[in-house]
Amino acid sequence: MNLDAINWILLLASLMVASTPILLAAIGELVVERAGVLNLGVEGMMITGAICGFAISIETQSAALGFIAAAIAGAAISMLFGLLTQYLLSNQVATGLALTLFGLGLSALLGQGYIGIKGVEVARLHVPLLSDIPVIGPILFRHDLMVYISIAIIAGVWAVLKFTRAGLILRAVGENHDAAHALGYKVVRIRLMAIAFGGACAGLGGAYLSLVRVPQWTEGMTAGAGWIALALVVFASWKPWRVLIGAYLFGGLTVLQLNLQAAGLKVPVEYLSMLPYLITILVLVIMSSGRGRAALNAPAELGRSFHASS
Amino acid sequence: MKLTTLLAGTALALGLAGAALAQDKTKAGFIYVGPIGDGGWSYEHNEARLAVEEHFGDKVETVYQESVPEGADAERAMTQMALGGADIIFTTSFGYMDPTINVAAKFPDVKFEHATGYKRSDNVSTYSARFYEGRAVQGHIAGKMTKTNKVGYIGSFPIPEVIRGINSAYIHAKKVNPDVEFSVIWVYTWFDPAKEADAAKALIEQGADVVLQHTDSTAPQAAAQEAGNVITFGQASDMAEYAPMPRVSSIIDNWAPYYIQQVGKVMDGTWESVDTWDGISTGMVKIGEITDAVPADVKEEALAMVEAIGAGEYHPFTGPLNKQDGSAWLAEGEVADDGTLAGMNFYVEGITGEIPQ
Repeated sequence: MNLDAINWILLLASLMVASTPILLAAIGELVVERAGVLNLGVEGMMITGAICGFAISIETQSAALGFIAAAIAGAAISMLFGLLTQYLLSNQVATGLALTLFGLGLSALLGQGYIGIKGVEVARLHVPLLSDIPVIGPILFRHDLMVYISIAIIAGVWAVLKFTRAGLILRAVGENHDAAHALGYKVVRIRLMAIAFGGACAGLGGAYLSLVRVPQWTEGMTAGAGWIALALVVFASWKPWRVLIGAYLFGGLTVLQLNLQAAGLKVPVEYLSMLPYLITILVLVIMSSGRGRAALNAPAELGRSFHASS
Repeated sequence: MKLTTLLAGTALALGLAGAALAQDKTKAGFIYVGPIGDGGWSYEHNEARLAVEEHFGDKVETVYQESVPEGADAERAMTQMALGGADIIFTTSFGYMDPTINVAAKFPDVKFEHATGYKRSDNVSTYSARFYEGRAVQGHIAGKMTKTNKVGYIGSFPIPEVIRGINSAYIHAKKVNPDVEFSVIWVYTWFDPAKEADAAKALIEQGADVVLQHTDSTAPQAAAQEAGNVITFGQASDMAEYAPMPRVSSIIDNWAPYYIQQVGKVMDGTWESVDTWDGISTGMVKIGEITDAVPADVKEEALAMVEAIGAGEYHPFTGPLNKQDGSAWLAEGEVADDGTLAGMNFYVEGITGEIPQ
């Protein structure tokens, strides 16, 4: 094996790119779950965002408009879930799964005319001065804007949940919707807003795949990223910064195992491919061993429907 | 009495109508491993399906199911198709081998065609293309054009078909460039654009300036394009949208003539279980246009090789060749037999790394 062959700086830089889609989707889902709603349709919302973002960016030749369209599309399709689960009180698990299937089909239909088309160029941001710092510059400060926006979203979610009244209300709705209702908060409305936010973030994550990471449209291109994002929320025990750590860990291991293979590491490939999942399990075990603290952290009303008259 | 006559009459009429319908149209089913929009493998199989429709017009009806996972679910999809009245079913991925055999045993009257496998039965034919012939051409171009002497190879699963391709490309790259090295990444998927893109990036970051892929999406092409000075080859389909750079040539699978021939045989009742393995000579494997990014002399040599292989004058696996462990495989001038090629599970001498077992 030749470890020198691996360019660690580039590896760390591509780690950030590889992690961004699941990071965005996971932080959105975190907010949804903190409001007490379990939306398993992340995959469907992601891929809808991926095709809408790609299509709009091609039509307008603007990546920024593409991302905005992706967020709107993700939010719009999530409202379908919101309508069904919040007003019609359908089962959240089943509805979420249906949303995933629906999103995959819809995106394939919408994408018919966009197969094999090259995406628009997404400019990389060279942060002045900072990007010239050796080692750290190329790793941290030479990415496209979305990488920084995703981190900003994490910081924003953290700050809102921790320091603001809005965050407190959101958490109250997730922990005890009856009490929140008794206090006069509009439980359904708040949950709908959380679901829309989750959909928008998932849409952005999908668009990051089709506009930056791959960059092209192919049917079914999310290939399970939405499910990883869902697992990531549990992994992070519903805490925003842990989503960041989890996403980078997962993305990092994925990129690392490919690099180790290319460098000719004499370890069976199966173990390397297992690595991201293995470490995820390991961390989950370690975290939950702290007397079920992680379990305690789950929003108490997660997945339960709310109806005012009940 | 009256009732039974009526029933019998109806049954007869229905039976006749059914028979008439069955005679009218032959139903051909297709099972794809990826979406038909993958721009590669499944796309080409679907193009061939459309060609069958066009060729036979009203006499044929086709059905297909895409993104069918390899494994138990494939059996369900095939069974459904057989129950739906399909007369012939094409199962187009290696991983459908056992499911195809299992389902075929349950439907002896339905003909099955399994791509790239090696298990046959009375109503299961196998067919594949000699992709390694195209890989030889790619290896030649890669060996000539690489400046870093590093060639990256994205492998899907460590099965003979893929290993054959790696060996063939390596032999011909090595022949024109003794310093060439191959890095192989196994991604364990036929289709996952994000993973394929990541693999391509990892190879490029480690200095590879040629990326060969044995996966189905165009994502590695996009990654190479972004990197700049990296060349790639279209896989299974022309992928011409990435020409002239990074895609400098391609292997195109042309299944249409075979599909038309086999569906035709079902129609006139001459279908029988066969093993077909065709290459450049019959046109099942086509080499996509070699672009101007390739120097003129290299292009000429590559075209000469295509010609020689097509005419049967040259076999990509011609001795002297040793296996990876140094043991002799083919003596001077000896060519590999199809049996060894079909079950190839070893690297040739010079390739570093191990095949995952």
